[in-house]
Amino acid sequence: MLSALLVMSAIAAVLGAVLGFAAIKFHTEGNPLVDKIDDVLPQTQCGQCSYPGCKPYATAIAAGEADINRCPPGGEEGIRKLAELLGVEFKPFGEDAVPKAKSLAVIDESTCIGCTLCIQACPVDAIAGAAKQMHTVIASECTGCELCVAPCPVDCISMQVIGEKIANWKWKYPVYAMTATT
Amino acid sequence: MPVGNDNMRKLYHFHGGIHPPSNKTQSTRATIARAPLPAKLVIPLHQHAGETAKPVARVGERVLKGQLIGMPDGIVSSAVHASTSGTITAIDMQLIAHPSGLPNLCATLIPDGEEEWVPRKAIDYRDHSPAGLQHLLRMAGVVGLGGAAFPSDLKLSLDRHKITTLVLNGAECEPYITCDDMLMRERAAEIVQGAEMLRFMLDAEEVLIGIEDNKPEAIASMRAAVAAGGHRRMEVIAVPTVYPGGGAKQLIRVLTGIEVAAGVRSTDKGVQCFNVATAYTVHRAFAHGEPLLSRIVTITGNVLHPRNYEVLIGTPIAELVALGGALPDTDSYIMGGPMMGFPLPSVQVPLVKATNCIIASSKKIFPPPPPVMPCIRCTRCADVCPADLQPQDLFWFAQSREFGRAQAFNLFDCIECGACSYVCPSHIPLVQYYRFAKSEIHAREHDKQLADKARVRHDYREQRIEREKQEKADKLAAREKAAQAARLAGAQPLTAQQQAEQAELETSRAHIRELAQSAVEHADEGTTK
Ligand code: SF4
Ligand code: SF4
Ligand code: SF4
Repeated sequence: MLSALLVMSAIAAVLGAVLGFAAIKFHTEGNPLVDKIDDVLPQTQCGQCSYPGCKPYATAIAAGEADINRCPPGGEEGIRKLAELLGVEFKPFGEDAVPKAKSLAVIDESTCIGCTLCIQACPVDAIAGAAKQMHTVIASECTGCELCVAPCPVDCISMQVIGEKIANWKWKYPVYAMTATT
Repeated sequence: MPVGNDNMRKLYHFHGGIHPPSNKTQSTRATIARAPLPAKLVIPLHQHAGETAKPVARVGERVLKGQLIGMPDGIVSSAVHASTSGTITAIDMQLIAHPSGLPNLCATLIPDGEEEWVPRKAIDYRDHSPAGLQHLLRMAGVVGLGGAAFPSDLKLSLDRHKITTLVLNGAECEPYITCDDMLMRERAAEIVQGAEMLRFMLDAEEVLIGIEDNKPEAIASMRAAVAAGGHRRMEVIAVPTVYPGGGAKQLIRVLTGIEVAAGVRSTDKGVQCFNVATAYTVHRAFAHGEPLLSRIVTITGNVLHPRNYEVLIGTPIAELVALGGALPDTDSYIMGGPMMGFPLPSVQVPLVKATNCIIASSKKIFPPPPPVMPCIRCTRCADVCPADLQPQDLFWFAQSREFGRAQAFNLFDCIECGACSYVCPSHIPLVQYYRFAKSEIHAREHDKQLADKARVRHDYREQRIEREKQEKADKLAAREKAAQAARLAGAQPLTAQQQAEQAELETSRAHIRELAQSAVEHADEGTTK
């Protein structure tokens, strides 16, 4: 238990250091292209693109070091926007990066031990709570990045898919059989 | 039976329009009847544009007729009330009248048959400020009854704009619907008084009441009410019957000649528009202290007895259908008219403030549409579009998901009237494409807002981590420095107090060592025994 905690905090510390390092290393003072790319990225800050956040990925794309199909949360629409912005060909997702339904982290407050590891992991400060007190996710701020799930030593964070409600319901694309004129 | 051109006023035309069969006479033969009290009411807490009202009644609570059960939550929101006295038996998710077929929060009310009212307070609107009156309307749950159910109080708070003309919309251009027609025939005096109240709140100069010339009885009755009430600068104007002449922009154009351009609001031009039924409700709210608890609804189409009923909000639509006597070959029910309405997910859903008409539908009245064929670019759709759009281009952009271009071609000026689909020789369900495109654009704008918020929070966090690291480093450096200073100072003799402190520290350390030692020994004992 204790060793698990130590390992997790070590990981968190390393990740934090990487993030911090990245923030400095990739710090861009108003590179307009990077900002433009960052503007169309979904800001989930999940790292699935293998960069420590959206801005670093934007920086890598701008430098020509990264493909445009690395961001699953952006969906195909995101790739399309990047392709349009950069004037390149649309490129579908590979097998390793597949978009999933947008979801929300939920902390089981009865199991939470108040270790603060999730707070440290959350890239957008969407988890509220203090040491030794149970934590809770501020739903409106959660980007669904899943970064808080792994560090939790007692596995009390789960990702719940945001279902269709009246508030977020959309009209569907009309489907009709087109018939040729006879 | 159009009335002669007895208007004193020059009328204007809007672009396009169509003349579908009106099918209105069926439901205007009988007067408005009051629907009987149903055994159960299901009252949705989201009946208006904007935020869902917050439930303020408890399950098991006895409520009175007119009691607030949903508190407006947020700026764009409106109140919801108990339509009769009885017991709240549930506040939960129930199927509602929405094209999605998804459930939403509703309060279930079992009426006790007493119809016992909360205390009602009638007011003289002239004694109140417009802002105070707006608040009263919000708390009375008054929303636009013409279809969009937009909270009426918000249409009255226009601090920046000078409103010269209040347009009262009695056009009722959509086929089959006759609830406004019957209301104007039977309750004209109250509508006109409501219009006077709206004029007061807007500080408008003139009131123009536009009614399509296929409603001569309504026109006569409204004119009589205006004359009898001695209302000055208020005019009832017969406008030509052409669909969609009841669109706000279209009616404003016809009555005033003002062209409200793309993306511009009529209030920027000094005109505000309300539906006649909304004016009636405003009058009930002020002159009788009654919140919006019922409305007039047309039941028509494939029924034995088409008619208008005054129905309590929350009444299951099945009750209304039973009153109409739906014929056996009825296969679905449409809420709204045949042009802009939508099929109900179930006939059990409750009637809401926006329900103006229920049409029982059958293959006989609405035959299934012929197969869709490719667009032949005949531009007939553009000829009839009342918003002067190019529907064929919008269709092209929507179906190829080029939303940016659709927006650039003024997609959001489309009022979804369906005139284009009506004339399209290829039977393309054009409006469905526009709705799809609009909701995709809305969703994207919403996502973009969320992303921008997340970016700010992420940047802030990065900065905070950076700052904390810096602070830690600074602290460490400071401690190093202090230690060094202490080492240097070590050469000097300690003061008496420092010596005492050090000795105390030494004793406590020894004590801890002792305790630890004995703990180890005891542990050994434990294992050897
Ligand atoms: S994969 Fe995640 S971190 Fe990378 S750009 Fe997309 S949202 Fe941002
Ligand atoms: S009416 Fe139909 S076929 Fe003709 S241009 Fe418009 S969408 Fe195309
Ligand atoms: S539905 Fe829209 S595009 Fe079609 S005619 Fe009406 S306003 Fe024009």
